Amino acid sequence: MTVGLLVFPGINRERDMAIALERSFGRAPRMVWHRETDLAGIDLVVIPGGFSYGDYLRCGAMAAHAPVMQAVRAHAARGGYVLGVCNGFQILTETGLLPGALLRNAHLRFLSRDCHLRVERADTVFTSRYRQGEVFRAPMAHGDGNYFADAATLDRLEGEGLVAFRYAPPTGNLNGSARDIAGIYAPNLRVLGLMPHPEDLVDPLMGGEDGKPLFDSLATALAA
Amino acid sequence: MKVTVTVMLKPGVLDPQGKAIGQALHTLGFANVGEVRAGKVIELDIAENDPARARAQAEEMARQLLANTVIERFDITLS
Repeated sequence: MTVGLLVFPGINRERDMAIALERSFGRAPRMVWHRETDLAGIDLVVIPGGFSYGDYLRCGAMAAHAPVMQAVRAHAARGGYVLGVCNGFQILTETGLLPGALLRNAHLRFLSRDCHLRVERADTVFTSRYRQGEVFRAPMAHGDGNYFADAATLDRLEGEGLVAFRYAPPTGNLNGSARDIAGIYAPNLRVLGLMPHPEDLVDPLMGGEDGKPLFDSLATALAA
Repeated sequence: MKVTVTVMLKPGVLDPQGKAIGQALHTLGFANVGEVRAGKVIELDIAENDPARARAQAEEMARQLLANTVIERFDITLS
């Protein structure tokens, strides 16, 4: 069971993500530089947050065309697991592995604070250690997290059970995302993108372990 | 050939940047300003003398990279 953690120039959350992954998997992930093209042996690709390529053009637009993303597309097409957080989610939408786009936050502010997420379903490899409907705390840190898709796409996501997490009270929907969507799955439920950072709460010393079940879920599912 | 690609958010997609610019203009006293939309202008110097081919190439570039057609539309002008 090997995790590949992608690193693009301008990504700055890969160390936090590596710590969270190692805590749950018991093994450090393999860091994969954006120029690499071989993901052989990697079961789970994780794309961390940050500001790849300085957010030039659009958040994630340049990274979507980096050499490694061809390999990630092939990995996903083979049914491989992919997790994208924050900039990683933006990169997944720009690559077309997930539908929709992340727009500038509705009130233009960069939001760096805790938010609350509701688990829409607890029967996926990413969420089995949560309960359906459970609300957990996750830090957010983004300027462009306002999820947008046309009405037909939103209906399809909801109809097919592909909404992973929604912003929930007490903090609610802070960035204006359509239908409070904070994270979505690909149709095979093996690709997940979300804006907030579960990896920021995986140790009591960080102020909580609300995000740890996500990584524990993955570690359990992929060890089996 | 100089090709200019203008990328704008699609109508109906919220443009908070445009809104903020509009509010700032009102603050400055430009009371008659209505809706404001903000976009991007990208100038390309393409080694191509045939206008039709240059346009076709620019369209392909816009579709693949310069614009995200989920949220944006683009216009191309040649000069």
